[in-house]
Amino acid sequence: MTAQLFLEQTLNGLQQGVTLFLLAAGLTLVFGVMHLINLAHGTLYMVGAYVAATVTQISGNFLWGVIAAVAAAGLTGAAIEIIALRRLYDRGHLDQVLATFGVIMFFNELVKVLWGPQALFLSPPAILSGTVEVIPGVPYPAYRLLIIGVGLAVALAVRQLITGTRTGMLIRAGATDREMVGALGVAVNRLFTRVFAIGAMLAGLAGAMAGPLLAIEVGMGEHILILTFVVVIIGGIGSVRGALVGALLVGLVDTYGRAFLPVVLRGVLSPTAADGIGASLSSIAIYVLMAAVLIWRPRGLFQAYG
Amino acid sequence: MSAPPRRKQVVNLTGLLVLLALPPAAFALGEPFLISVATRIVIAALAALSLDLILGFGGMVSFGHAAFLGIGAYVVGILAHHDVESTLIPFLPGAWHGSAAALVQWPLAVLAAALFALLTGALCLRTSGVYFIMVTLAFAQMLYHFFVSLPAYGGHDGINLWQRSMVPGVDLSKDWVFYYVCLFILLAALAVFSRIVNSRFGMVLQGCKQNEARLAALGIATGRYKLAAYTLAGAIAGLAGALTANQTEFVGPSLMHWSRSGEILVMLILGGIGTLYGAVAGAATFLALEEILTSLTEHWMLFLGPILVFVVLFARRGIYGWLVGPESGDD
Amino acid sequence: MIPMRTLVAIAALFGLAVATPLAAAPIKIGMITTLSGAGAGMGVDIRDGFKLAIDQRGGSLGGVPVELIVVDDSQDVENAKEIANRMLKRDEVDIVTGIIWSNLVLAVVPTVTRAGKFYISPNAGPSALAGKNCQPNFFNVAWQNDNLHEGMGQYVTDKGFKKLYILAPNYPGGKDALTGFKRFYKGEIIGEVYTTLGQVDYAAEIANLRAAKPDAAYFFLPGGMGVNFVKQYAQAGLMQEIPLFGTAFSFDEDILRAVGEAALGVVNTGQWAWDLDNPANKVFVKAYREAHGRTPSLYVSQGYEAALLLDSAIAAVKGNLSNSDAFRAALERADFQSVRGAFRFNHNHFPIQNIYAREVVKIGDVVTNRLIGTVFTDHQDAYAAECAM
Repeated sequence: MTAQLFLEQTLNGLQQGVTLFLLAAGLTLVFGVMHLINLAHGTLYMVGAYVAATVTQISGNFLWGVIAAVAAAGLTGAAIEIIALRRLYDRGHLDQVLATFGVIMFFNELVKVLWGPQALFLSPPAILSGTVEVIPGVPYPAYRLLIIGVGLAVALAVRQLITGTRTGMLIRAGATDREMVGALGVAVNRLFTRVFAIGAMLAGLAGAMAGPLLAIEVGMGEHILILTFVVVIIGGIGSVRGALVGALLVGLVDTYGRAFLPVVLRGVLSPTAADGIGASLSSIAIYVLMAAVLIWRPRGLFQAYG
Repeated sequence: MSAPPRRKQVVNLTGLLVLLALPPAAFALGEPFLISVATRIVIAALAALSLDLILGFGGMVSFGHAAFLGIGAYVVGILAHHDVESTLIPFLPGAWHGSAAALVQWPLAVLAAALFALLTGALCLRTSGVYFIMVTLAFAQMLYHFFVSLPAYGGHDGINLWQRSMVPGVDLSKDWVFYYVCLFILLAALAVFSRIVNSRFGMVLQGCKQNEARLAALGIATGRYKLAAYTLAGAIAGLAGALTANQTEFVGPSLMHWSRSGEILVMLILGGIGTLYGAVAGAATFLALEEILTSLTEHWMLFLGPILVFVVLFARRGIYGWLVGPESGDD
Repeated sequence: MIPMRTLVAIAALFGLAVATPLAAAPIKIGMITTLSGAGAGMGVDIRDGFKLAIDQRGGSLGGVPVELIVVDDSQDVENAKEIANRMLKRDEVDIVTGIIWSNLVLAVVPTVTRAGKFYISPNAGPSALAGKNCQPNFFNVAWQNDNLHEGMGQYVTDKGFKKLYILAPNYPGGKDALTGFKRFYKGEIIGEVYTTLGQVDYAAEIANLRAAKPDAAYFFLPGGMGVNFVKQYAQAGLMQEIPLFGTAFSFDEDILRAVGEAALGVVNTGQWAWDLDNPANKVFVKAYREAHGRTPSLYVSQGYEAALLLDSAIAAVKGNLSNSDAFRAALERADFQSVRGAFRFNHNHFPIQNIYAREVVKIGDVVTNRLIGTVFTDHQDAYAAECAM
């Protein structure tokens, strides 16, 4: 293994990590502030991807697609919050699981009705479809670099939002003591809708950014939802910093696992066995990571809420 | 759980009669296919029931319950596979060619699932709340990927069973016979569980759900009780898995996919947690709704989704709680 | 225990039974296929191909009206098995067809054949059903799973590539694919990678592939996985650097619509091509283009031929399927004009046929495949010898 390859795989891990962060940030905020388990978070990611594909196709401009996706996901999120989830904040987690499961079913089917059951495909904008040699000798896809850049920028913006604005102050206060925030006269309902919509917009952004890399299909939300939950749990529920660390950790562990485990195992086992076992081990690597973190620190790395 | 509710007894009795009378009714209607739908309901109810023991009474939300089903199913599948091929089972001491006998397969399925529950439960119970949900999920996913990449037993493709388990004097290949066997197991499990939850063990378990610290302060080793309950739930879910393998005559990793765990969870919440009977009501409602809606429209999920949301918002204690009415007041 | 809901279930199913009176005449065909998710394109194509043949014959096959029941299996094994049960027990179909995936076929075929019915596979042809477990009531009109991969192995060897990097999902179908490839590839394998089934991002694998510096790369990733892989391979700028080879599954019409010009110049193997010069094919391609406004894919041709096979056999027994032996014999004769030219069944009910090489080209505005040669003539699968039928 060369240093270049290792660096390239690190970039790949980073790129996967920041995509996960976009989803995990919203999920962890909703969880931390409203104490709501939202299984439908992946649905907003799917909505983002579909809207981005359609609007890009119509307008011919990927940027419009991204803007529309963020807006659509934000509006959808706000609507779900106002119609259904708002009534669930004082319920147990189980009711929330059931209701948001129902929301997933509804939206998956709705997308099937609106867009048809077949997967959609989106290409990256022409100027980003090439490669850039960030590491000497390794042409790296420009579009993936953009994702890393956008992801890190959003991470900074979210940090600014939480530490530097009134909404952020309320979010932090809400995560610590929700009743007290309400008692102090803050319009909690509006705060919650706003937090939910911000989370939804980040999920929509993640979906739009992932569109040109992946097949856009019904069910893409659930696939990534589980990974996102893993990230949130590793990072510690309610902690945005934890979400960032957790997301990068999961992205890197998954990528390194897929890239290097079979190679490492080849030193010990026969090539066929190494390939097979390496593939299996790498697909469970992140779950092992999560179980290990939780057995070591039962409330995640950065605990913000119990 | 308290004494008076007559309505509850009426509901339970009606349910029992319907379940008992279903096969003859299905034949009379010329719709024997209904029996296999009902069998799926009964098996799903058994799985949801086992979850209710730890969730409804112990407050442990397992999001990896399908793992136990999968193990139970795979024990049946692997034993049957070696029996048909008459090959030796690897990694086991002694030379054994598997078995097709239910009396061998099913107890082993229960045992294997219980063992897995004991081992993972010991680790999972170090956490609680949402973290517990996610660790149980993690173990189930590990097991899922393990079986996906296990070429000896079909990997992702799974194992096809060429026949159902053998029981001397009972022909399980007849759908109605198999149905009554499953129903008998479900009723037996219900009887055992309702004794358990009212025993000292059950009281401690419910105490853990409400205030574990207080019990611990009383000198009760709550961890052991929870682990015992978790293991028992795993065992019964393993039995449900063995029955599932017989019902579908197929065993594959998709049995333990996380969405399957989610489905069991949804059935239980839909029916009502902490009532035992709610598990049956939930399984019946969920699968019957699915059956009806799929026959009416291709886009059945467009309707099932909002129905679930509606149930959560307006039937707070689940279908069973709604059926037996408010007076039965389970705390 | 919930009486009301169960009663509703009974009532609804009963109502359904009443609503569909038992008209004796039509032959019922159950089609279980994948119509949702990333694999939906294949299911849709097989269904449309099958329907095209029925439509051309005014709603009948072999002169007998046909009732086609299509159900989406959502690529889930148990779902497929449940659907098969329902079709056999409730709808009482005579023939089942349509499944895309090998694992689904392996689960469903025993259910169908044990009920004494026939399964006609328009796609999946797992080795388990071609060798010692071959089934009298199972017919595959497309290929044995290894066939196209074997063709590619031969082609790559013929073209003088010596160092290959190969990649497939970690499931039996993926392992079979690479086994088939290696059966005819004579050079060196410098990397053999198995990815997680359903994986969507291949950045890590592609980086390793580039670092290994092979002469060429060969991959098998069915459905949406393949689209993702090819797009990402092109985005990494590897198309020109390391030639990519695959089967027609990875470079078929629907996939090319998504991948676009990124795939230009790639050579792939198939048992059919839209520009094969024979009269049956010309009729077929023209009819499909008129109906759907685009060139048919490999899967459309497979669905179409499954219907043609049934058309010939149903006509031979004059619509009387009650004599299974006669119907089976009629199917074995495969007495129809195949759109792929020469076609006949081996004794294991799998095809003996040519394997062609095709190249991705741009004709006008459309990225499509062009026939460039024949790799194998009258090729049969490697398992037939083990089949005692």
